[in-house]
Amino acid sequence: MIYKIITKPEFRKFIDALVRQNLSYAPKEVDVDKNGEPVYQFKEVSSVSDIAFDYSVTASSAKHFLMPFKEDLSRFTFTDKDWQQDITYEAQPIVLIGLRACDISAVTILDNVLLNGQFPSPHYLARRKNTFIIGMDHLPLPDCFCKSMNHHTVNDGFNLFCSDIGDSYYLSINSSKAFNYLKEFEISDPTDEDDCKLIERRKLIKHSFKTEVEVTGLPSFLDIEFDSPIWTKWGDKCLNCGTCAMVCPTCYCYNMEDRPDTDLKGSARQKQLYSCNLVDFAEVAGEHNFRPKNGDRLKYRYYHHYLGFAENANQQICVGCNRCGRACLADINPKDVINDLRMEKESCMICASPSPPRT
Amino acid sequence: MRFTIPSQDVNREPFARNVPDFHYRSALMQTDRGYKCRITNIVSLTEQEKLFQLRILDPDERNLFRFRPGQFLMLQVPGYGEIPISISSSTSNNEQIELCIRKAGHVTSTLFQTQAGAHVAIRGPFGSSFPMEEMMDRNIILVAGGLGIAPLRAPLFWINDHRDRYRDVHMLYGTKDPSQLLFTYQFDEWEKINHIDLHTIVENATEEWEGRTGMITELFSDIAIDPENTYAIVCGPPVMFKFVCNYLDKQGIPMNRMFVSLERRMHCGMGKCCRCMVGSTFTCVKGPVFDYWSVMNLKEAI
Repeated sequence: MIYKIITKPEFRKFIDALVRQNLSYAPKEVDVDKNGEPVYQFKEVSSVSDIAFDYSVTASSAKHFLMPFKEDLSRFTFTDKDWQQDITYEAQPIVLIGLRACDISAVTILDNVLLNGQFPSPHYLARRKNTFIIGMDHLPLPDCFCKSMNHHTVNDGFNLFCSDIGDSYYLSINSSKAFNYLKEFEISDPTDEDDCKLIERRKLIKHSFKTEVEVTGLPSFLDIEFDSPIWTKWGDKCLNCGTCAMVCPTCYCYNMEDRPDTDLKGSARQKQLYSCNLVDFAEVAGEHNFRPKNGDRLKYRYYHHYLGFAENANQQICVGCNRCGRACLADINPKDVINDLRMEKESCMICASPSPPRT
Repeated sequence: MRFTIPSQDVNREPFARNVPDFHYRSALMQTDRGYKCRITNIVSLTEQEKLFQLRILDPDERNLFRFRPGQFLMLQVPGYGEIPISISSSTSNNEQIELCIRKAGHVTSTLFQTQAGAHVAIRGPFGSSFPMEEMMDRNIILVAGGLGIAPLRAPLFWINDHRDRYRDVHMLYGTKDPSQLLFTYQFDEWEKINHIDLHTIVENATEEWEGRTGMITELFSDIAIDPENTYAIVCGPPVMFKFVCNYLDKQGIPMNRMFVSLERRMHCGMGKCCRCMVGSTFTCVKGPVFDYWSVMNLKEAI
C-alpha cells in the first residue's frame, strides 16, 4: 500500500476526471424520510458536483453493482425441436465512489464466498474485475455497530481509500491503476503531522460508536440456543417481506427461474436474489416446507450472519452496517435480537449460581 | 481517455471456451453450462413416477460425466427450469443415465409431457456419495421408503456389479399402497441373480396384495442383524429416517455406519444459492449423503 496526501479541491478534480470518463456510481440524495432526514442511494453520476461526499449512509448497499437483483446466467435459443445454450459474461468497467469501510469489507466477504468456494462464479468474477472502488471513511451513525464486528476499518478490497484529515484526504492507494491516475494530480507524501491527524481521525471514529453488540463466543452460543423461545418471539413480529436481505451488503442467497421470451423463441435462465425470510425459501416439491414457521426462517438468517456457513469457513458475514435494522418494517434489528438471546440465558434465575463479581 | 478504466473481458479466458468438468472443485469454469442429452426412452412406472433414460450427446462430455452412487445432478429443461435429481442408474453404465422422477412440480410436469427424443441438459454430478469401498466384506441393509428407492438403485447396482465383495445384502422396501411399488420388474433379478434378500411391505393393503402390511420397521423382525459387521443405507421421507435409524441404533450399529440421503431443493448444486442449507451445511456440497452422526449434529435436518 502506498500513502499519499491530496487536498480536497484537488481530490474533487481527480474524481471529476474519473467520473467524466467512466460509468460511475456515487451517493446521491434521492428523497427525504418521514423525519425530514435525507435518504441517499448509490446512483449514476456524471460530474463531481452530483456526489454527496458528506452523506450519512445509503439505504441500499453497493452489492447490486456486483450482484444484480436479476441476472441472466445463460440463454437458450430454440430452433425446430432443439435448443442452444449461450453464456456470456458481460461487465463494463464501473467506478464505485464513497463506499464505507464496512461496505468494502462486505465486498471482500462476497469475494470469499463467490470466488473461493468449490465452484467460483464467473459472472461475479467478470463484474468484480471491472469494478474500481474508492472508499471513504466516516463517523458512525448512532445505530452502526461495525466496530463490534471489527469492520470499522478496512485494509483490502478497494483501489483507493480516503481518510478525511481536515483540509486534505489521507489516501491509501491499493492498486497501480489508482496510482497511475493520481500521478497526474498534485499529491504529496504524508508528513509526520499528517500521520498524527490520521491516527486522531481513526481514534475519533473508533470512539464515536454508540451501539455495541456483544459477539464474543456468539457462534457457540447460537449453536446451543437453537431451540430458544427467542426465535419464536422475534419470528412472530417478522412480516416475511425479505427487505433485510435486499438492503444487506452481504446477503447473496438466490433463486433460479427460467424466463421464456414473449415470442417463445428463446429463454433466459435467470438468477434472482432471494431472502431466507420469504416463506417458500426452503420449500421442496410436493409443498413440503422445511422451515414452515417465521421463527425458523428468522433464526436461519441470524445463523448465516453470525455463525457462518461451513462453506465460507464459518466466517460471520454480518459487517454491522445495520441497514436491515433501519429498513425493517417490524422493527427487528440485530442488536436487539442478539442481546435478547444473550439476556434470556444469562439472566436466567431458575438454575443460576451467583455470577462471579466483576473485576 | 487518460482516466478510462480498461475493460477486462472474462469471455476471452480459456475456461470460457472449455466444457466444464464438475469433478474439479475450486477451478474456474462455465458452471452454468449443461451437457446436452437426448431422452432415449421413457418408462411409465406408476401413475406418478416415470423412469427417464438419457444419453449425453457429445462423446467427450459423456466421458467427463462419471459419478459415484448417491450423487445427484441438476436437470435443465430449457424454458421451464432446473431441478436436482438423484442419479438412479449404474455407475458402470456410461452410455445411459437413468432418472426416476415423480410428477411433483412445474418442471417435472413438463417432463411428463415430453416424448423420447427430446433434448434436455444436465450439470454435475454433485454432492457426496455412499462409501461403497468401506462397506466391502460387510453386510449391508438397504432401507427404502416410497420414492427413496430411486437414489438407492445406484448403490444397489454397484453391489450387483461387485456382488462377491459384499456379504449378506438385505433390502427393505415399503410404500403406502401396492400400486406405488417401483421397479417391481427387477425384483426377480435382484433376488435370484444378485442374491439380494428383498422384503417389501405396504401400509394400506388392497385385496390382491399378498405380502406384508404395516410400517417399514416391522420388516426388521424378518432379518437378523450382526451389528459388528453391518452397514445401513437409508432413504425415504424424513419421518422414516428417525424410526429406522433409531431402531438400528438400538441394535448396536454405530451411527457412522448408517448413511442417509437428504432431500432439499437445490437451485445451484454448487454451494452458492443456500437454498439447500441444513443448519450451516450445504446439502449439495457436504451431502446429500450423510452418516447418521452428522445428521444428528445438523440442526433441522430431520
